[in-house]
Amino acid sequence: MIRLEAIHRVFQVGDQEVPALDNVSLSVKQGEYLSIMGPSGSGKSTLLNIIGLLDQPTSGKYILDQDNVTDLDDEALAKTRRERIGFVFQFFHLLPRLTAAENVELPMVLDRISPAKRKQRVNDALNAMGLSDRTHHRPDQLSGGQRQRVAIARATVLEPRILLADEPTGNLDRRSGQDVIKILEGLNKEKGITLIIVTHDPEVGHRTHRQIHMIDGRIVEDAGQRPS
Amino acid sequence: MRYPDIMIFVLGALSRYRVRTSLILLAMSIGIASIIVLTSLGEGARRYVIGEFASLGTNLVIVIPGRSETSGGSPAMLLGSTTRDLTIADAVAIKRHAAVKQVAPVFVGAASISHNQRDRDAPVLGSTSELLDIRHWKLARGKFLPTVDPERANSVCVLGTKIRNELFGNESALGQWVRLGDRRFRVIGILASEGRSIGVDVQDLVVIPAASARILFNTPSLFRILIEAKTLDAIPAVKKHTINTIKARHQGEEDVTVITQDAVLSTFDRILKALTVTVAGIAAISLGVAGILIMNIMLVAISQRTAEIGLLKALGAPARQIVVLFLAEAATLSFVGACLGVVLGEFGSWVIGKIYPTLPLGAPWWAVLAAFTTAIVTGLVFGALPARRAARLDPVLALAHK
Repeated sequence: MIRLEAIHRVFQVGDQEVPALDNVSLSVKQGEYLSIMGPSGSGKSTLLNIIGLLDQPTSGKYILDQDNVTDLDDEALAKTRRERIGFVFQFFHLLPRLTAAENVELPMVLDRISPAKRKQRVNDALNAMGLSDRTHHRPDQLSGGQRQRVAIARATVLEPRILLADEPTGNLDRRSGQDVIKILEGLNKEKGITLIIVTHDPEVGHRTHRQIHMIDGRIVEDAGQRPS
Repeated sequence: MRYPDIMIFVLGALSRYRVRTSLILLAMSIGIASIIVLTSLGEGARRYVIGEFASLGTNLVIVIPGRSETSGGSPAMLLGSTTRDLTIADAVAIKRHAAVKQVAPVFVGAASISHNQRDRDAPVLGSTSELLDIRHWKLARGKFLPTVDPERANSVCVLGTKIRNELFGNESALGQWVRLGDRRFRVIGILASEGRSIGVDVQDLVVIPAASARILFNTPSLFRILIEAKTLDAIPAVKKHTINTIKARHQGEEDVTVITQDAVLSTFDRILKALTVTVAGIAAISLGVAGILIMNIMLVAISQRTAEIGLLKALGAPARQIVVLFLAEAATLSFVGACLGVVLGEFGSWVIGKIYPTLPLGAPWWAVLAAFTTAIVTGLVFGALPARRAARLDPVLALAHK
């Protein structure tokens, strides 16, 4: 479902061109569970951003579900992100002025879903994360693990096919981190969501079915790929 | 996003950043309030002057000695120089026309007035019985000048209340004699204190018959002739008749200036309207300043909320949506600011009205409307740049922003 062909991404830093991705090709099938690992600056976050359509490649081709999404305009990119991709971030990125429920509701608000439907789905999503008693708490009243679970509820409330997690445990203690990983794995196993995790943590990396190692903007190892 | 959702989101953001919201509201409402206060002052001045002119009398035609070449209501014509005296006989002649209701010749001068040991200088008006009605004056007690042949110099006078009090104190003034210059006059009436009307303080006035004033000031030359036409429509006919009459009596020379009240009135009306608009324009500058403040604070807000904008983009908000959100914020701020400003401005006008009760204050509806529109437009114009900047943020960098 995800097919990247010869992706290059070059950043302009001052008058210097810094390559972040160098001829990266990658195929991910529906329902896969994979991690992208590598040292800082290896381009793993850039790769995730390009898969998530937050960033566009300098050259190369990106096919998502048979659609060429390489040259979409802003409106179409936003629509694709909204409907097909969910994000989980290291720093949660919850809006501090909104309650847990309102944060989860936000993608549906952007998607013009009617308030009546939203309420039910927010409750379902928070229940699934075991947060039904935290609905009206603001982020600063929640623990790190709870915040990340709110963020996962938000990322999945529109039922995307792909979930992208950038260091989801990076800002959590070990215990909460494990909880979060288990929740993500559950989504992959039960709902068949394609789960891509960028991580530094070898422990997290080794749990995934497939591991991609990156160095200097190239994929140097792609282990555990299921035969097609 | 649906409109109610946009409003909820915007109000949430505005109430979270209270200081910045109240700063913008303050700037906006001061801008609006100053427009409203200043225009209501201008409008008040206009209404005041019009009211003053109306109190001069209705359907008035005024004859001034001397010919002025300018037309319209320029102040220069009020200072025309005499070539031939305008006399009581001229006034009597003008009265002979069907459309003329009444005529009052007016002498103006100053003389010392005394009773017993008290004396002072007072402005003296020499006229006829018809002056009372033409100028809409009222009597507090006694009678006004008798209705007799204007050429008869009766030794009677009517006093303003202030003069009466100064000369007589608690005594009764009616029937008493006062000395005016070198002649004696019997007090027959007291004018009611009706405030001022253009340059003349009724309370501080001595009125004597026109013929007596001619003797007192030793000149046949009138200061004015006030003519009241029967109807508004008759004014042009009366004006023409007056000029013809004076011409016939002054050996074919048109040596007077005839002005009508409405000409003067419309000139003042135009001047004061222009003044009001000018003042409103100056006040609008403060709105411009408020607009720049909005832009400034919105730009700061965007750098504060960079991560939020990045998140909205990651959750699938297109750039257009971000623009709408920030413009809605600016528009909400200016709308609420404008409402507060109108309240503040009306309150300010009310306070000024309490301090200067004679000014009929009240911002004209067009000023309120214009202030409101300007506020919204200012908000949108100055909100546009920050909104576009927010929409253009790179989501990756925005999310990384701390």
